[in-house]
Formats: sequence, structure tokens, C-alpha cells
Amino acid sequence: MMDNKEQTVMEAQHRSAGTADSRHLVLLVATRKGAWIYHGDPARDSWRVDGPHFLGHIISHLVLDPRDGRTLLAAAKTGHLGPTLFRSTDLGRSWKEAARPPAFAPASDSEGLPGRTVDHTFWLTPGHADEADVWYAGTSPQGLFRSDDGGLSWAPFSTINDDPQFRKWMGSAQDGTPDGPKLHSIIVDPRDSRHLYLAMSGGGVHESVDGGGSFKPLLDGLDVVEGFDRTDPTVHDPHCVRLCPSNPDRLYQQNHCGIYRLDRPSEEWLNIGTSMPPTVGNVGFPMVVHPRDADTAWVFPMDGTSVWPRTSPDGMPAVYATRDRGASWQRLDTGLPASQAWWTVKRQAMTADRLDPVGLYFGTSSGELWMSRDEGLRWQCIARHLPEIYAVEVAEAVDGMPGVEEATTIAIAKMSETGTISAATTAAEAADAATAA
Amino acid sequence: MKVIIPSALRSYTERGEVEASGTTLAAVLADLDQRYPGIRFRMIDEQQQMRPHIRFFLDGEQLRELSRPLRASGELIIVQALSGG
Repeated sequence: MMDNKEQTVMEAQHRSAGTADSRHLVLLVATRKGAWIYHGDPARDSWRVDGPHFLGHIISHLVLDPRDGRTLLAAAKTGHLGPTLFRSTDLGRSWKEAARPPAFAPASDSEGLPGRTVDHTFWLTPGHADEADVWYAGTSPQGLFRSDDGGLSWAPFSTINDDPQFRKWMGSAQDGTPDGPKLHSIIVDPRDSRHLYLAMSGGGVHESVDGGGSFKPLLDGLDVVEGFDRTDPTVHDPHCVRLCPSNPDRLYQQNHCGIYRLDRPSEEWLNIGTSMPPTVGNVGFPMVVHPRDADTAWVFPMDGTSVWPRTSPDGMPAVYATRDRGASWQRLDTGLPASQAWWTVKRQAMTADRLDPVGLYFGTSSGELWMSRDEGLRWQCIARHLPEIYAVEVAEAVDGMPGVEEATTIAIAKMSETGTISAATTAAEAADAATAA
Repeated sequence: MKVIIPSALRSYTERGEVEASGTTLAAVLADLDQRYPGIRFRMIDEQQQMRPHIRFFLDGEQLRELSRPLRASGELIIVQALSGG
């Protein structure tokens, strides 16, 4: 039974999704070598492939604006050029580069601290439903930026980029993840645009209640690597933090040191990873929450033992689900490889749609795209042989964008009941496949 | 002056050879950015440093400073070093 608070949140989300338009699901796949967009049919049976976009570019995140269903932002760089952002207002039919991509302030404006350079934009979050054209970006190294014009121009946001205390907590490149320290998990409370969360690897989880004017650490209850001081944000490594759409007072977190839940107004994270099987462990990157049931969440464990292989434990990939807010976890691996599968799923590469039953999607470090139409009970592979997948988002895009279908029909992946893929490789074959479907 | 553009930056210029003017490397890059918005930031970071894989040569000599004076008759070659996989 949905209480009044949940009803209000759901209604706000419904408004933000722009229900006046007819929409369809799109999967937004960001990879080490470009981006792909998969347009789904209503049954989520077949997916029309559109891509590659930006072939050869490192795309860290590709996100659709839920407020209009047609504006895409892509965080891009190449191995040889500086980082930038691209924007499309027609679902990827055409792209325009941001006039002013995220960039740190000059050294002279940095409170006497060394100036920093954005290596890449890592994370994109659309602003509140009531703040059209507002976006937030998190970068590597850790930086927070905001755009007020739909992603065309960006400026440092809040004080944390050059605050001496936050700069200390951000540590050095040596303290960060192997491909650079990152600011991620930027969350806007759907009830209040001034209530924000963010996470830094390393640097911990932080909260603002004044629209980004100030942030304070939110670390109580979180473990750190043995031997370090858990009161020091520098040594905290939150991998992914998610807010429950149906109960914005509940957050889940996949951390370097376990899985956690936070029920506000409490400031103490509860360790809910202890109920995971010891042979699998409680380490992973992604954290996914149910759109309507705040007691349900999913994780994708990886091997965090010895030298941290960051592969599926024992080469047997599986999703784990909780239906009781972390008191217990169930293994969900039907359809996934039973052995010798040594990939994993990065923190932005697993997500859920809003349909009933919920569809789950993840992309692997080996370039496979998987989905489940039944909340994880059965899994099917949508695509193989993509580059290493960095991010997967599912969104609801407006139908009938002029030129998009004609320009993008390259192939259709049609899944059989057994989870195998048949792929048409030409536009004509794709059209035939669409007719047959 | 004539400026030779590497393949990675031709999405801005749409050709491999363009004209730009200025008496220093900084001025030429500023002029390039006026003509092809966004191209400078892909080569020079926000702390005014050349990005790691970008090199500039004038008549065969490598330029290491943005303040380096340039002759209008020279040919500026922008090189994108390849690395990675």
C-alpha cells in the first residue's frame, strides 16, 4: 500500500516524465570506444540498434533528460584530446559540443591550492523536475559542476572543488581508483531541489541541504580498510549510492567495504552486506533500487579478495537481490554463464526501468549487454562484442523523433526464449525483422 | 599563417590545413578557437598547459611555451601523439 509521501513522489516523477508524450524505452550504452542507443519495443522483446556514436571516443556516461525525453548528454574524451561534452536534442540524430565543458578554476582562484585539470567527466545527473535545463556533472579528479542551460555551458558548483578541507579529503591521484579519482552518485532529492547528495572515490559521501552552498560528510557506520581512521573521509570509497524513488528518505550504497542502507533522518549507515554468502562477498560496483518498492534492491558482486581481481567470483556471474531491505539476499543467475565468465559490471553499468515487472539491465567489462524482464529471475543477452561497457542507462524517450528511425536502423537484436540473439545486419534485414516481430 | 590540423581535430575544421593569425602561439590558438569554437580546450587545459599528447611545431622546431613568438610566414604543425590501445 502506497502512503501519501510515496504517492506524492510518484506523481512528481510521472510529471517529470512528461506523460503527454508517447514514449518508448531506450538503453544508453557508454563504452570505452563510443556509445550505442538501443530502442526497445513495448514488450522489451527486440531492440533497434543505433550506433556507434563517437566511435573511438571514451564515453563515460550517456544520459537522457527525463524532463523532455529527447535531450541527450554524452561525457566524452579521446586518448589524445581534452575532455568535452556533447548534447543532442533529437535523440542522437545530431550532436553539438558544449560551448564551455566542465573545467576547474585557474590556480590563482584555488585558495592557494594547486590548480587542477579535468581529465574526464564521469557522471551526469539531470536536475530537479522543477528546474528545467539544470544538470550536474561529476568529474575525475573529483569536481562538481552545474549547467543551467541544458548542458551547453558548465561552471564549478558549490565551494567543494577548491575548499581546502574537501581538497584534503579528495586525496591525491594515488588515493583514487585505477583510472582516476572520481566524483559520482550526484543525487537530487525529488521533493527538494536544494537537497543534494554526492559521493567521491575516494572522499566519502556528502550531503547538502542548502542547494550546494555547503556539504557535510555522511559517513557514520561505514567501514574502511583495516588500519585506517574511519572518521577521515579521505579513506572512504563509496562505489555507488542510490536514493529510492518511492521513499527518498532511504539510500542504498555499494561500498568498497560492503553494502549499506541509510534511513533518514538517521545519519548512520547500516551494514546490510553481512547477510551475503561469505563465498561471494559483499564487494561490487553497482547499486540498483526498485522504482516502487524501497525494500528491494540489487547488487552485482565481484571478487574483492587478495589482489582484487574485480571479476565475477569464481567466474560465475550473478545478481543478488534483497526484498527485505538487506536482511537477506537471493542469488539470481538463471540465463547467465554458469562458469568461466570472468567479467564484471562497473558502477554506472547496471540499472532498472520503471515497468511492471521491473526490467533490469547491465553491461559488462567484456562488452556484453544483458537484461531481465522479470526483476532478475531470468537473464538474456541483448548484445555481444561491444567495447568495454562503462555505463548503461535505461530511459523513456519520446516517439516519432523526425529522422531518428531512418538514420539509425542498423540492426535489430531479437531475443529468443532461450536467450540467444538473432541480429540483422543491414537496414533491409532489420526492416524485415521488425515486420516479423 | 598556415596551420596543419591532426586528424583527431578535423571534426572542428573539416580539413587538414587552415589559416590562423597571431604573433604568439597563444594568440594563434585563440584565433583558431574563434574560428572553430572548442578546439583550443581539446589541446590546452584550464591551467593553460599543453595537454599530454599534443605537440606544436613551427618549421620543424617544437614549441614548448604558449608565449613563444611566431613568424607570420611560418607553418604551424599541430601533432597528436598516438598512444594507448
